[in-house]
Amino acid sequence: MSRTALREPSSVDRRRLAEPSDRRAVWRSRLYRWDVKGSPYAYVAPFFLLFGVFGVLPLAYTALISTTAWNTRRPGSEDVSVGLDNYSALLGDDNFWNALVNTLGIGVFATVPQLLFALGIAHLLNYKLRGRLALRMGVLVPYVTSVAAVALIFNQIFARDFGLLNWLLSPFTDAPIDWRASTAASWFAVSAMVTWHWTGYNALIYLAAMQTIPYELYESAAIDGAGKWRQFWSITIPSLRPTIIFTVIVSTVGALQLFAEPFLFDTTRNHNGGSERQFQTVVLYLYQQFWTNGRYGYGAAIAWTLFVITVVIVLINFLVVRRIRSSE
Amino acid sequence: MRRAGRTRAAAGLLIGGLVLTACSGGGDQGSGGDPNAPVTLTVNVFGDNFSLPDDRSLYDEYERLHPNVKIIENRSDFGTHHQNLQARLTAGTGAADLELIEVGQVAGYVGQTDKFVNFRDQGVDTAAWTDATLARASTPDGSALIGLPTDIGGLAMCYRADLFKAAGLPTDRDEVSRLWPTWEDYVATGDRFLSKAPDKAKWFDAGGHVFTGVLGNEKETFYNANGDLIVAENPAVKAAWDLTARAIKSGQSAALPEFTPEWNTGFQQGQFATITCPAWMMGYIKSNAADTEGKWDIARIPGGSGNWGGSYVTVPSQGRNTAAAVELAKWLTAPEQAVKLFQKIGNFPSQRGTWEQPEVKDFSAPFFNNAPAGEIFPASLADAPVQVVGPQSGVIGSTFAVALNSVEQGGDPDEAWAKAMSDIEAAAGTG
Repeated sequence: MSRTALREPSSVDRRRLAEPSDRRAVWRSRLYRWDVKGSPYAYVAPFFLLFGVFGVLPLAYTALISTTAWNTRRPGSEDVSVGLDNYSALLGDDNFWNALVNTLGIGVFATVPQLLFALGIAHLLNYKLRGRLALRMGVLVPYVTSVAAVALIFNQIFARDFGLLNWLLSPFTDAPIDWRASTAASWFAVSAMVTWHWTGYNALIYLAAMQTIPYELYESAAIDGAGKWRQFWSITIPSLRPTIIFTVIVSTVGALQLFAEPFLFDTTRNHNGGSERQFQTVVLYLYQQFWTNGRYGYGAAIAWTLFVITVVIVLINFLVVRRIRSSE
Repeated sequence: MRRAGRTRAAAGLLIGGLVLTACSGGGDQGSGGDPNAPVTLTVNVFGDNFSLPDDRSLYDEYERLHPNVKIIENRSDFGTHHQNLQARLTAGTGAADLELIEVGQVAGYVGQTDKFVNFRDQGVDTAAWTDATLARASTPDGSALIGLPTDIGGLAMCYRADLFKAAGLPTDRDEVSRLWPTWEDYVATGDRFLSKAPDKAKWFDAGGHVFTGVLGNEKETFYNANGDLIVAENPAVKAAWDLTARAIKSGQSAALPEFTPEWNTGFQQGQFATITCPAWMMGYIKSNAADTEGKWDIARIPGGSGNWGGSYVTVPSQGRNTAAAVELAKWLTAPEQAVKLFQKIGNFPSQRGTWEQPEVKDFSAPFFNNAPAGEIFPASLADAPVQVVGPQSGVIGSTFAVALNSVEQGGDPDEAWAKAMSDIEAAAGTG
């Protein structure tokens, strides 16, 4: 800022520039001012342009579709407006509520252990360990593995007939567990997949935050007689609070949009999320209605409802965080 | 997918799907003018329609005959294939030059004739096919034909002779056929099998396949001839459901949903003794469980007739090489090629004239203990009713398969029926 201020034309310059012989200089100075004022906007414009094309436009178009009766089986139905009928139908749709419960349930099952594991792993990685870099890179491997590959392995682990987990459990169970048959078992399996995939990512974020905590704090705590556990609870956790809040919000949003794992866990490819929709999430239900059933209007209404639910939950998150901050 | 773009993901998924799919596929060379200009033709299939994973000799032959043509085949699974096709037709871009459509799905595309090349205008000799076969891919007045029939899914019952022997049942295919004149008899034989069956071997793979087989003897199943949805009122559908549910409850099903990895393993591990077997299933069994060669045999289907599957090859009009694509489609569905596909893969020709040719009639399947496939499959088609298919026949069929799977997992059949009815209403009714 100060450099540009210095190079602004001084009052002496201005008087001189006002003379007609220096038209070019006037023009140049004007360009210069535009450059200073305008270029920041020009630099951020590509983002907003792309966000407009790939973010706002689809959002608006989806909203538009959601008010139509568009269905691939009925040619011409894309032009039939039904107002908010799709939304009122959605509120009375048991399958939607089932999908919402599944999404929230799997969300809790997946997010809570995921963040706890991540915190523990980050704490361990923060010690001075031999081969620390390799270990730190190692926790990120599940994250950089594609979900499809993760699902391939987990589908074998959770297979009913020749699955690894059932083989390990066989001494303790009467009959092999059909992981896709019961709600609890399928939630467990899907959550395990999500937890496996995202724990390392969160651990790395926590680790980065832990490294900003001044070492002196631990030192003086140790002098005061605080053990490792006490140090963790009284120094590490409070210092990480903003980071924890960030990961909770990001994970919550991610959990609400959970799709790839249940999509791949349903090996029938009917997008039903189990024979009785045991693990069908909202996005999977959206996908089924949209693609399998060709109900574009209804699918768009599901998408927008999910969007609104996500915004509401993020807002609640935000308010809770603000309250925590102000009470400090 | 998770965490991608936060709020945008939900909505972006819808449109993004359209945009992304629009960017892939499609030939970009050649023009309509010069028939000898180099051209790349893409063919989108959902299985072993024209090739096996390690054998594309039919395409190679065409490329030899037409040195300017290069053929690229893209495979995806059944559901994804048809969903992508619909998306690309809606988007107006991205479809392959040739797109396969399965018989249960084709009615849904007949309503969009403007998106396909009309084979009626292309000088195709359709005499090889019956009117009923052509009618499924035609508009009601017959003026537009959007697809040429490839194969047809005549039904038989494939069975594991080794498991039959172990359970004390006859193994000779004629004697086995006499065990089940009707589907009731088939289920009764299942009880006999289970009483002495080897450990962990069940009678059939999945309830959905018994259900499909039973309905194979009916003319009207999910839709009536007027195109109305009659699935909820049709006593034949409920009877097929009840029989299948009863068989499941007596423990006959291995509960392996079709086309899953578990199902494939089931073939290899001998987890079931019989499977409703359209002609194309022969190729599937062969490529999935090569080690079971000689253990299989083929008997007649209970009820004596039926049809499951079969496909049409279409040319979306959005393509740039429609003229060359039409030529390839004609060639692929010509009787000579259909006979080759039958011998190589098992897909039974839809071209009736070929059924009397010695290459078809006298063909026996070595993998299936030399069962006379060339006689068994046409026999089941001879008296088969011409089934009415509607726009959502395919989706309704898989809804029933899913519902029967819930019964296999211990669910109550009446509740599963009620759920299936409401799902069908959403997918094919007013929804």
